[in-house]
Amino acid sequence: MNIIVCIKQVPGSSNVKVDPVTGVLIRDGADSKMNPYDLFALETALSLKETYGGTVTAVTMGPGAAKQVLLEAIYMGADKGVLISDRRFAGADVLATSYTLSSCLVSLGNYDLVICGKQTTDGDTAQVGAEMAEFLGIPHYSNVQSCEIVDGKLKFKCTLGNLIMSAEMDTPCVICADGEINTPRLPSYKRKKASIGNDDLIKVLSLDDFIDSDPKHYGLSGSPTQVEKIFPPEKMSEHVVIEGTAEENAASIFKILCDKKFI
Amino acid sequence: MYNVINSTDIEYLKSFIPADRIFVGNEINPDYHHDELGGTEAAPDVLIFVTSTEEVSKIMAYAYKYNLPVTARGSGTGLVGAAVAVKGGILLCTAKMNRILELDTENLTVTVEPGVLLMELAAFVEENALFYPPDPGEKSATIGGNISTNAGGMRAVRYGVTRDYVRELTVVLPNGEVQVFGGKIVKNSSGYSLLNLMVGSEGTLGIITKAVLRLLPKPTKSVSLLVPFDSMDDALDCVPLIVKTDTNPTAIEYMSRDTILFSEDYLSKKFPDTSHPAYLLLTFDGSSDEEIEKNYSKIADLCIVNGAADAFFIDTDERKKSVWSARGAFLEAIKASTDEMDECDVVVPRNKIAEFIKYTHIIAKELGVRIPSFGHAGDGNLHIYICRDGATDKIWEEKLKKAFDMMYTKAHEIGGQVSGEHGIGFAKKGYLKESLGDTQIALMRGIKSAFDPKNILNPDKLF
Repeated sequence: MNIIVCIKQVPGSSNVKVDPVTGVLIRDGADSKMNPYDLFALETALSLKETYGGTVTAVTMGPGAAKQVLLEAIYMGADKGVLISDRRFAGADVLATSYTLSSCLVSLGNYDLVICGKQTTDGDTAQVGAEMAEFLGIPHYSNVQSCEIVDGKLKFKCTLGNLIMSAEMDTPCVICADGEINTPRLPSYKRKKASIGNDDLIKVLSLDDFIDSDPKHYGLSGSPTQVEKIFPPEKMSEHVVIEGTAEENAASIFKILCDKKFI
Repeated sequence: MYNVINSTDIEYLKSFIPADRIFVGNEINPDYHHDELGGTEAAPDVLIFVTSTEEVSKIMAYAYKYNLPVTARGSGTGLVGAAVAVKGGILLCTAKMNRILELDTENLTVTVEPGVLLMELAAFVEENALFYPPDPGEKSATIGGNISTNAGGMRAVRYGVTRDYVRELTVVLPNGEVQVFGGKIVKNSSGYSLLNLMVGSEGTLGIITKAVLRLLPKPTKSVSLLVPFDSMDDALDCVPLIVKTDTNPTAIEYMSRDTILFSEDYLSKKFPDTSHPAYLLLTFDGSSDEEIEKNYSKIADLCIVNGAADAFFIDTDERKKSVWSARGAFLEAIKASTDEMDECDVVVPRNKIAEFIKYTHIIAKELGVRIPSFGHAGDGNLHIYICRDGATDKIWEEKLKKAFDMMYTKAHEIGGQVSGEHGIGFAKKGYLKESLGDTQIALMRGIKSAFDPKNILNPDKLF
């Protein structure tokens, strides 16, 4: 079973700075990490590989520095990485990003399952997985909690609000792994050492490697969304301190919850 | 003997302590009859939440005059009964003295009242890009309690213990007199260090009402390594080798798979790796990625050459949380795995840890009790828990005593001490006496009587 996991490099902490003039996120390559939701996707892929064999390939789109998250995926257990990097992909919105990833998957071919994280901690749209599947014309499901292969089909469970749905779909297909569904394994020092000097582990693809190499379909020019302004949300610092005995405090909290109609 | 608190005493105390901060007899919540482990139980006659040095001084002067026993208490998170009023009298709680008074960025000190919680202190100094290194697992302990037990924690290998970070203490002596020991000074060769006598004195010499603590610049980067081994011996044999290198790890913790599995059950959260029977968890602090990478690579290589199966990186907030939250929950997890337990907090030379843990396995087998353990392998301090697991009172008491006797005897034989960081309190005083011998105990008693000639402050503790 050949699995592709789409991952993204995101800022290393939630205290992201925004350039006050350009309104663009200040992405400091030195302080970045793999999108935390992608860790659950990667762990799902590595567990499936342990059960069914095959390969796990991590794919990311970004500048040269994004190679770091591919290496991290390899240290965790992925077999290889693909970096989609080209200045012509810059400024892509969610649609152009999904299209770029789908073009990459078309170029790579030979996959049975594509796993994405639920969302990223920077963009937060939670749409890339589904849009990519639509471009590829293959089935997809989000919020997937667990999956297995039964009679050549992907049998999975996913959350639908308060319900859990059990279903199956044909492969190849795309799933977006839900958050907190497993404990992702840690990157291995032995795998890190073994990867040093092995240039074949990470393949870099540019627009010229894609079947559709029309630059109008990618990057800023392929993006219907134009970002007007990005600004940090106002921080709510209002808080109420309740003091008293345990009984009084419980009564006060109960009243607040009732007043707010939570109870 | 002590006087029993009477209505005149209560009336006097209530004359300057407002009603919402003084509780008498049955008004006292039973939580104040014991500490976190609960093995030592006694009800105080009066519980007072103090808010100033002046109040403490007034209470002590009165107690001294009328010969009333007084026990100081912080959050009550102790494990040896040190903050339990075993002779009744006044339980003086400093938890409401919880103000951070000053941050001195030139001398790198923070001045706090004793009731400030460790987690509050850590958050405050870190907001200011500074760092208070002692890091005991119990973050809701007060700093006053930490000073009184000379608490250690996980960063002791590199940074030392609470004692190394106390610059100055304001102390109310048993007769009510207020004295300042030490100062905002780095060196001091001015007579006996009364400051250091106070640290670790478990509330027997005076009551701390203010502390000036030393801070360090906050390390900007930190990476941990989880190193799996096929046997406990291999894991622990690596510790002296690691300490000998120039990599200066902040923490070297030992954990067995059994303990990790308790923690998984307790937190309902899977640990990232449980495929091996023994693990070392190391942390490296530094100011650049390159420096840290150089250090952890050296140690990873060293461990792998000496039997480790691999070394896993813990380099992001998510990974740190998945591993350290489990480590932080070990005590609670073991507690939740049984109906009752008691603990042994011995410290032994670093190269004897494996021998000691193996000995606890022999005791477990011989006595038919479960004895899980984990420990600060880097400083030789082990936390060993004897679990009751449904034994009858008689069997439990017999086995517990026997297990403790065997462990403390062994610790003494191999050059260890009774407590690495939890203290002696009430529960371990018999073992301290056996371990130190009559002469040293007599010296300690002499010091105690120099401070507290009437023996009113935290009586019946330590010896």
